[in-house]
Amino acid sequence: MRYIQPNTAKEAAAALAKEKGKAFVLAGGTDLLVKMKAGVVEPDLIVDIKGIKGIKEIKKSASGFVIGAAVPCAALGENKDLVKAWPGVVEGASLIGSKQVQGRCTMAGNLCNASPAADSVPGLIAASAKVVLTSPKGSRKVAVEAVPAGVGRTNLKKGEFITAIELPKRAPRSADAYLRFIPRTEMDIAVVSCAVNLTLDNKGTITAARVALGAVAITAMLVPDAAKAIIGTKLDDEAKAKLAAACSAACKPIDDKRGTVEFRTEVAGVLARRAAEAAYSRAGGK
Amino acid sequence: MGVHVSTTVNGDHAEFTCAEDEVLLDVLRNRLGLTGAKEGCGTGDCGACSVILDGRLVCSCLVLGAEMDGKSVETIEGMAEGAKLHPLQQHFIDGAALQCGICTPGILMAAQALLRKNPDPSEEEIRFGLAGNLCRCTGYDKIVRAVQSAAKEMRS
Repeated sequence: MRYIQPNTAKEAAAALAKEKGKAFVLAGGTDLLVKMKAGVVEPDLIVDIKGIKGIKEIKKSASGFVIGAAVPCAALGENKDLVKAWPGVVEGASLIGSKQVQGRCTMAGNLCNASPAADSVPGLIAASAKVVLTSPKGSRKVAVEAVPAGVGRTNLKKGEFITAIELPKRAPRSADAYLRFIPRTEMDIAVVSCAVNLTLDNKGTITAARVALGAVAITAMLVPDAAKAIIGTKLDDEAKAKLAAACSAACKPIDDKRGTVEFRTEVAGVLARRAAEAAYSRAGGK
Repeated sequence: MGVHVSTTVNGDHAEFTCAEDEVLLDVLRNRLGLTGAKEGCGTGDCGACSVILDGRLVCSCLVLGAEMDGKSVETIEGMAEGAKLHPLQQHFIDGAALQCGICTPGILMAAQALLRKNPDPSEEEIRFGLAGNLCRCTGYDKIVRAVQSAAKEMRS
């Protein structure tokens, strides 16, 4: 196995593209090194992207936030502007693993690990986040929900890797929230999860919304019908019931030891309702 | 082959050559003679190998030695000042917050990282701060109490 730490994204992409064996990107390593230890992956080349300029920085601009692909999740919660603008994105990312894992794990890695239960992904989907993909040909931006292709698989092409995640500019009276169900209080993987992102007008009516579910299909997913159920409402009981029903209807979960199909389907609706209430209240709705 | 690395360990300059896939935990234990960090699970679940890397608590089993070039790591060996134990260490002894001791270095590093960020944590904050460290002997009450009394002493 070879290890390189290039200084530019272009160099990193070139190395990934020309490697004939198995090449892996290393940012936090909290998935990659575990898989190497278990013998699930045997890299010929590891490209450590942490030497790339700016890749460990969070930048706030007029058009939103640019979060470098190697920013550890612990740093997200330490950024007051980011927490204020995107509390739901940060709470999802902050639920991954222990303090030790938080010091290393990244949202880009969580996305590319492509677990349906990835805690940071529903929040990013609900936020309309985009990833910046760099390849030897240049860079392109795609929606976060277009990255996972299935369990453990992504749509990234050979030689392509994420250099940043972009969060859009916030309209006034906007907020998001993320909730997951786990059978314990900490250090677990979502059995079901939901993120809700919404914007209110000055009377408290929801003018825009996005709802995403995790762990109830082969990838985390956007649920447009769930957003439609609450847009134009003040999140009254009828709207919440329709939201929950739309989320349950979108579920295509598996039965496993952590939750049955029936349980996951029911709880998806419950979490959607509660996440919507949290986001609505954070956005200033009463 | 191998990677030559120039780094800082507990404030001192250190150099080593390691294999490309060798983790920091093995570098510390087998190349630098620092055997305080322990391998419990090797997969980032138990926290026995916790160290502080450039100010952040991490599992040294989930860091490659090759990544350490130009970085700074703190291990349990750097916690005491000569013969004088750190308040956390002293309160763990005084409060009998350990039995076999395998998890203790990692728990002390995690507690140190917690108290630097939050000098006056609640019991719940301590329990969350140490949730990545497993102890199979004591249960956690004595550990939490030892961190509380050390924090109190460090604040005074």
